Amino acid sequence: MTDTKTTYRDHTDDTADRGTAPDSSPDATTTGDETATELGPPATDDTENELGDATTGADAVARALEASGVELAFGIQGGAIMPVYDALAASSVRHVTMAHEQAAAHAADAYGLVAGKPGVCLATSGPGATNLVTGIADADMDSDAMVALTGQVPTDLVGNDAFQETDTIGVTRPITKYNAFATDATTVGSTVEEAYARAGADRHGPTLVDLPKDVTLDEATESGRGAGRTSTTRAESEATRSDESRSQADPDAVDAAARAIESADRPVCLFGGGVVAADASDVATAFARTNGIPVTTTMPGLGSFPEDDALSLSFAGMHGTGYANMAITHTDCLIAVGTRFDDRLTGGIDTFAPEAEVIHVDIDPAEISKNVHADYPLIGDAGAVIEQLSAAVESPPAAAEWRTQCAEWAETYPLTYATSDDGPLKPQFVVEAFDAATADDAIVTTGVGQHQMWAAQFWTFAEPRTWVSSHGLGTMGYGLPAAIGARLAADEAGETDRDVVCFEGDGSFLMTMQELSVAVREKLDVTVAVLNNEHIGMVRQWQDAFFEGRRMASEYDWVPAFDTLAEAFGARGFRIVDPAEVADTVESALDYDGPAVIDCHIDPEENVLPMVPSGGANGQFALTEEHL
Amino acid sequence: MSGEGSPPRSDADGRNDGLPGPAPSDRPHPESRRTTDGIRIDPVVEAEHDRRRAVVSALVEHEPGVLARVSGLVSRRQFNIESLTVGPTTVAGHARITMVVEETDPGVDQLKKQLRKLPVVISAGEISGETVSRELVLVKVRGDEPERVHAITEMYDGETIAADPQTITVELTGDESRVDAAIDAYRQFGIVEIARTGQTALARGDVPTTPGEAPAPGCETARREASDQASRGTASGEGQSEGNGPAEAGGDSPRTATTERRDRTEKQGQPPAE
Repeated sequence: MTDTKTTYRDHTDDTADRGTAPDSSPDATTTGDETATELGPPATDDTENELGDATTGADAVARALEASGVELAFGIQGGAIMPVYDALAASSVRHVTMAHEQAAAHAADAYGLVAGKPGVCLATSGPGATNLVTGIADADMDSDAMVALTGQVPTDLVGNDAFQETDTIGVTRPITKYNAFATDATTVGSTVEEAYARAGADRHGPTLVDLPKDVTLDEATESGRGAGRTSTTRAESEATRSDESRSQADPDAVDAAARAIESADRPVCLFGGGVVAADASDVATAFARTNGIPVTTTMPGLGSFPEDDALSLSFAGMHGTGYANMAITHTDCLIAVGTRFDDRLTGGIDTFAPEAEVIHVDIDPAEISKNVHADYPLIGDAGAVIEQLSAAVESPPAAAEWRTQCAEWAETYPLTYATSDDGPLKPQFVVEAFDAATADDAIVTTGVGQHQMWAAQFWTFAEPRTWVSSHGLGTMGYGLPAAIGARLAADEAGETDRDVVCFEGDGSFLMTMQELSVAVREKLDVTVAVLNNEHIGMVRQWQDAFFEGRRMASEYDWVPAFDTLAEAFGARGFRIVDPAEVADTVESALDYDGPAVIDCHIDPEENVLPMVPSGGANGQFALTEEHL
Repeated sequence: MSGEGSPPRSDADGRNDGLPGPAPSDRPHPESRRTTDGIRIDPVVEAEHDRRRAVVSALVEHEPGVLARVSGLVSRRQFNIESLTVGPTTVAGHARITMVVEETDPGVDQLKKQLRKLPVVISAGEISGETVSRELVLVKVRGDEPERVHAITEMYDGETIAADPQTITVELTGDESRVDAAIDAYRQFGIVEIARTGQTALARGDVPTTPGEAPAPGCETARREASDQASRGTASGEGQSEGNGPAEAGGDSPRTATTERRDRTEKQGQPPAE
């Protein structure tokens, strides 16, 4: 592994600040509150004045969002949610209208990941709610903190198959951490606050409150109006959660794990998305460096450990690096933090780290020994437990020989790609060009498919919360709405200079590209690179490998010209065919202050390698198509 | 990690033939393996787990949708369930769900941990130690031989609850094997219909049925408090076979948020649904 970046910007302060909880008194003047000023009077923070006035359930929802520290929400209007929107107009919450509810959910998801607090999305009943479902499921699989508020038909029509009625609670029950049907205007505020608090507590995840129209229209009683105040207290207690009450693991179990680490010959750290979610990247990085332990990550864990560090093995799993997969196969002590041992990471369980004693740090007890047996289960907050471990490990493991071995593997199995001067454009080259042209704090979002894997492989991630992708659910079309959410989160934090780069595929981009209209309307500085191979390439690759090359329904030579289509939306469009154009075009697109789309016509035959076939052994990764 | 490590292999067209490095068959690979449960196979004792019958009890908030949440969890994660019963308990607004499952030790462990993650679940666990369990069954048999039917009903301490010239309906309770045996005995007469409740169960003696469950107000005893403490401290058998270590014990105590959550519900004036 070679370093393409020599600088490692210290991100301690800004990420820590964004990771702790929200400012409970949002300042409308700094959030560019265009929606509110257009649609209604500006918000008054002083709820005391309103005590004498009639207050509806919808007002209580808006107050609850404000009290929870919500500054931004994504969504689409509709019949059953109209009272809530009417109340939002008079609140300090800025609303961004999306083109499709699925994109509202993805944008809220990405916003939450970048901002370090739950994102919020809204939709009306029926199709509005069902359109959110993919985004909610995505957040659920990736344990992302998100709150969905859905309109519902009036309570007395529920169950009658009324117009735009869907059993949203029933539909979202398996894909939410918590969902609730609001029953009256007096309690709806505290229900929304509870949903917000739960989304960002413990193991993060999506929550949903279903809001029947009669409940949001009804007047809240006197006691209901007090809800905002109790919730402020709860939001504040969430804010202080970070230090005092982060849950620690059992000290005896920590000591036992520390002895295992000290005596390991071939230790490996495996950092997952939980390290990022817990804002534990700094302590995790320090732990690995202090003890000289090589580090691999899961895909959601990208950025939790700087990939330009000599100890970094990059990510493991199906399309992870050969050296990470060799290390994870031969380790005798796997220190896994905030990971759920997804099958794309483990390959076949029978051959996964078969000689390793597993130390598993997780906030969710149900993840312990779910897929891989934990010899040392440590239940608690990732940061708190790593700090405990750091204190308990008395001497680093004697792993010099092992580190040398890992370095040898990195030499033996480098991540490379073939180029020739007049050959076709290689997607990896485009990714590297963007990486070279942007700073370490640039945010990368992706859709799902080959382009996603090339972005993960060929971008050198140095900071947490810079990699925003759809991992567990694998939702094609995630990239652009995620870029919108990420851009707005960065802008809200005052980081307008950060680049937001979205890698998409032709098939994937086609699924949500209508959101370009939102990016244009909001003047969002995002750059979309469509790695266009005129196929849904991952399917094409699998068909070539496992279906004797029958490319059924995977050829996409019918996709539109994305550069001219981008212009039609009002964005800037670029097109690259020749590798020689890459550097200049990337620079022009990044320089453009607004949404830009580069239609990159790449080698349609390029495969993502290395590859561990489904259920295969990580150490037996294929380096060529023939190995599969 | 750009492509600087070693020269990539490519043909004249720049077509990628793949990555450099030894083929999979030329690489070393450890001999050891894990089971499908993710447990390393001990070369001496191979740790395959057999399914066993377990009674899992969950104390839940008695609110709409709670049964759907629990049964949805069971079906989604493919737990093998034999029966499920639900009913109110000593505390207003609480209900007890009793499940009989056929699972491996890791499966039972996973079920109780997943149950505890549901916000509506206050406390859940496999009933530790001895279990008293009962099931009620209604059997409707052909009415041709009332005396012989009555004899069997007496033998199983059942009760005839309805009879007409065509059919006799009897009620029986007992543990599962007793109910099974009684039904077998009735078969000779011709069974028209059966309705069974499925098993419900409590822990025997002064032991809480779900971990840390408090006795009903006014029914506390000194022994109960002591045994309650003991069950929290040592996890009373739970998790031992899995070797999950000390951290597991903490997970067995009920949610501390329970009281707070109940208070809030009352404050909001939401009546518990029946």
